[in-house]
Amino acid sequence: MSALLQVEDLRVHFKAPGGLVKAVDGLTFSVERGQTLGLVGESGCGKSTTGYAILQLIRPTAGKVLYDGSDLCTKSPREMRRLRRKLQLIFQDAHASLNPRLPVGDLVGEALDIHSLYTGRARRGRIAELLDMVGLASHLAERYPHELSGGQAQRVAICRALAVEPELIVCDEPVSALDVSIQAQIVNLLQDLQEQLKLTYIFISHDLSIVRHMSDRVAVMYLGKIAEMATKEAIYAAPAHPYTKALMSAVPVPDPDLEAQRRRTILVGDLPNPADPPSGCRFRTRCPIAIPACAGVDPPRHALALDHWAHCIRLSETIGGSS
Amino acid sequence: MALLSVRNLRTRFATDRGTVRAVDGVSFDLAEGEILGLVGESGSGKSVTALSVMRLVPEPPGRIAADSLAFDGTEILALSEAEMREKRGASMAMIFQDPMRSLNPVLTIGRQLTEVLHRHQKIDGAAARKRAIELLEMVGIPMAEKRLAAYPHQFSGGMRQRVMIAIALSCNPRLLIADEATTALDVTIQAQIVELVKQLTHERGTSVIWISHDLGVVAGLCDRVNVMYAGRVVETSPIRDLFKHPRHGYTLGLMGSTPRVDGMQHRLTPIEGLPPNLTEPQTLCPFLPRCRVSVEACRQRPPEARSFGPDHTAVCLADLGT
Amino acid sequence: MAGTTQAPPFQFRGSFLLAARQFPRNRAATLGAVFLLLICLGAIFAPLIAPYDPIQIKLAMKLKPPSLEHLMGTDHFGRDIFSRMLYGGRTSLSVGLLVVGFAFALGVPLGLASGYFGGSVDNLLMRLVDAFLTFPPLLLAVALVGLLGPDIQNVMIALGLVQAPILARMVRGSTLAVREEVYVTAARALGATPTRIVLSHLLRNMISPIVVQLTVVFSAAVVAEASLSFLGFGTQPPNPSWGRDMSEARRFLNDAPWMFLSPTLMIALCVLSINFMGDGLRDALDPRSWRARRRVAGED
Repeated sequence: MSALLQVEDLRVHFKAPGGLVKAVDGLTFSVERGQTLGLVGESGCGKSTTGYAILQLIRPTAGKVLYDGSDLCTKSPREMRRLRRKLQLIFQDAHASLNPRLPVGDLVGEALDIHSLYTGRARRGRIAELLDMVGLASHLAERYPHELSGGQAQRVAICRALAVEPELIVCDEPVSALDVSIQAQIVNLLQDLQEQLKLTYIFISHDLSIVRHMSDRVAVMYLGKIAEMATKEAIYAAPAHPYTKALMSAVPVPDPDLEAQRRRTILVGDLPNPADPPSGCRFRTRCPIAIPACAGVDPPRHALALDHWAHCIRLSETIGGSS
Repeated sequence: MALLSVRNLRTRFATDRGTVRAVDGVSFDLAEGEILGLVGESGSGKSVTALSVMRLVPEPPGRIAADSLAFDGTEILALSEAEMREKRGASMAMIFQDPMRSLNPVLTIGRQLTEVLHRHQKIDGAAARKRAIELLEMVGIPMAEKRLAAYPHQFSGGMRQRVMIAIALSCNPRLLIADEATTALDVTIQAQIVELVKQLTHERGTSVIWISHDLGVVAGLCDRVNVMYAGRVVETSPIRDLFKHPRHGYTLGLMGSTPRVDGMQHRLTPIEGLPPNLTEPQTLCPFLPRCRVSVEACRQRPPEARSFGPDHTAVCLADLGT
Repeated sequence: MAGTTQAPPFQFRGSFLLAARQFPRNRAATLGAVFLLLICLGAIFAPLIAPYDPIQIKLAMKLKPPSLEHLMGTDHFGRDIFSRMLYGGRTSLSVGLLVVGFAFALGVPLGLASGYFGGSVDNLLMRLVDAFLTFPPLLLAVALVGLLGPDIQNVMIALGLVQAPILARMVRGSTLAVREEVYVTAARALGATPTRIVLSHLLRNMISPIVVQLTVVFSAAVVAEASLSFLGFGTQPPNPSWGRDMSEARRFLNDAPWMFLSPTLMIALCVLSINFMGDGLRDALDPRSWRARRRVAGED
């Protein structure tokens, strides 16, 4: 099964008053058809920028984004507009992503209109069908976004994305702004839709618990680079990169006994300035196992298993020099 | 004697859609040195409860009423606004979710700290400055002396929250209320802040009301939890007991919809539907339309509080087993 | 072939009706609208309603106070002021409307282009706008009219040219703001063409501030026309014009105050009505006040 999406050395650099911000700095990974890649990290790691860059909503500074073999970075705006049918995006703030002056029916209908799908009589029926697919009653088609709850708004956004019949959907923190019980509704919906429609997801989140739930494979980002990437099972059971370990240990578990016993790796200090990151390994200023050599070199990829690698020079020594 | 004793707190807001019963008969006690979690989702009334205790609810359109709201023996609702101002910041303090908005962006951190010290402890000048530096060091801000001259926007989110904690604890309050204080922070920073709060309040014997929707944080921090829904406390329990034996349909639902990083959760069982309309009075259990474990009795009469062990009460008619 | 043509983007339908339903809630606005309507009707049907010929001189009747025969009295030439007010409204309103149209046609595309494309386009256009804005509006209008000739058409052109840059600036600001909204990015992500984005998303969400600004332009135009006429640049005698009549009434302030009061009141009430209407429109056009019709009671 060849990868649906192949990202090679993706870079997105911004000029900011403080200097050049390398928001995404050399990302390489792939996503298989029908799977979910979880992109995890804290604020400033570049995960959202990555999502936008893949979809060419922000033009990458360098690198390739191969979708089904062809490089999206080289497409003209017109070609890209056509390709957008296949690649969709769901935003964190569902209400903000909906034009406040259009009722739900028109919001979904616009997606159909843009790609001239289901015109004429069939349009209404299709809209009703789509609303039903995301669990919304058809009378909601006349509502305006401000009359919807957070969960309903996100469903409308999902519905709109589905209207164009995409293959891949980038979900940018789609449930972070929702209540826990509503989060669970939306997460379940996304999973059901994936199964029904054979969708591929890139699920971007800072919430490790949800990512674990949704993903097949997980990539952990820090300051614009991937720290570690593996299958879900591997990364949660045996995280190798010190940042991943710290991240895992920081996530609270709703289990008081477990919490009482846990030994946390509490990271010291704050995130460095993205316009002026540390030399060599960017994580070294907060890393519990950093050594002087870490400042000198940008850690190369170190494979731990068939589908598990991390960028840390100390891993090769602890595993006794295996490449 | 409990530090804070709340009996039948009712806070209402007059809106053009009707009267919103944001807090609808909440009662609980808070002991000295205890960390109490207030858990619930939006609209549960947890924030408004805290604001009512601090009497920070604007009246009008709000109105706070209670059979009793006693802090350290004094009836809060009987105090004048001036007397209340003496208490706020000095014996009861609050920190909020977004430190960028609770800190004045045009005043330096040092100024905001010394202002509080001056107001409540009447210390000035060099003495206040010295104390401010001590406070910043206490909350783990490096280069504290230099940082006094910095402005809020020059700090990261985690740092700002630390400053908030410093300001809140500067006058050694008996009660600290934290309203979603770590919700907007990265998880590694959250861990730092939770650790800090734990340590500082333990050292000083401060009682804490920790408001959150995150069961994980609550599990690691609190001694006891009040679960709130539709303006009421639906379950109250010591922390371990709550997770081992949830006794209310909503508590069960919350746990079922929370994914776990240790993977002990298979398919999430969300709570279907939406929270109730707070302008309509609820005669039966407010959670009934969304409850998966309701019994026939739930449809016939309002739920009563039932005891399930020491300090563990749930307002639920269903029997959720052991 | 699917994807090359897109269905029409601009469908108002529902939102107009919803906005229209909201409007009556604001009483001042409704009052303003009603009054404006009366003035319009008066202006349109002036030939039918006016009891006298506005330019007919009847020296015998000069400077008569308001009475049943002359509702607003007569002026120094014995002309019926009420009739003059009705016909004068024609001038004022048509100037107002035409200036609004001109400012809209010129200012909105300018502002949109500036805000949407940014960069050198923005720089160029805004420097042009700045050049215009350095002149006090009335003086600029006077200068233009002086250049083109004291004709009512030239007044309209001049005022339009003066108002357009102000509108352009405002539209540019709005465009910049709306352009950053998430729903615009969402539209791009769907594959919307720039045309669709501009019409369906940008313009649609700028309608409110634009409409409100246009009411300001309208009232400014009415006042400006009156001012220009007052100064002798606009409507030429003996044609009725509120501003002109105000000017001529100055000499008779002591003897016949009604002669000055009538046109002044007309201008003032006209401007007030438009402003109140503007407020009402702004609220009505706020989507947060719109409510879809509920088919079944209690559904949610």
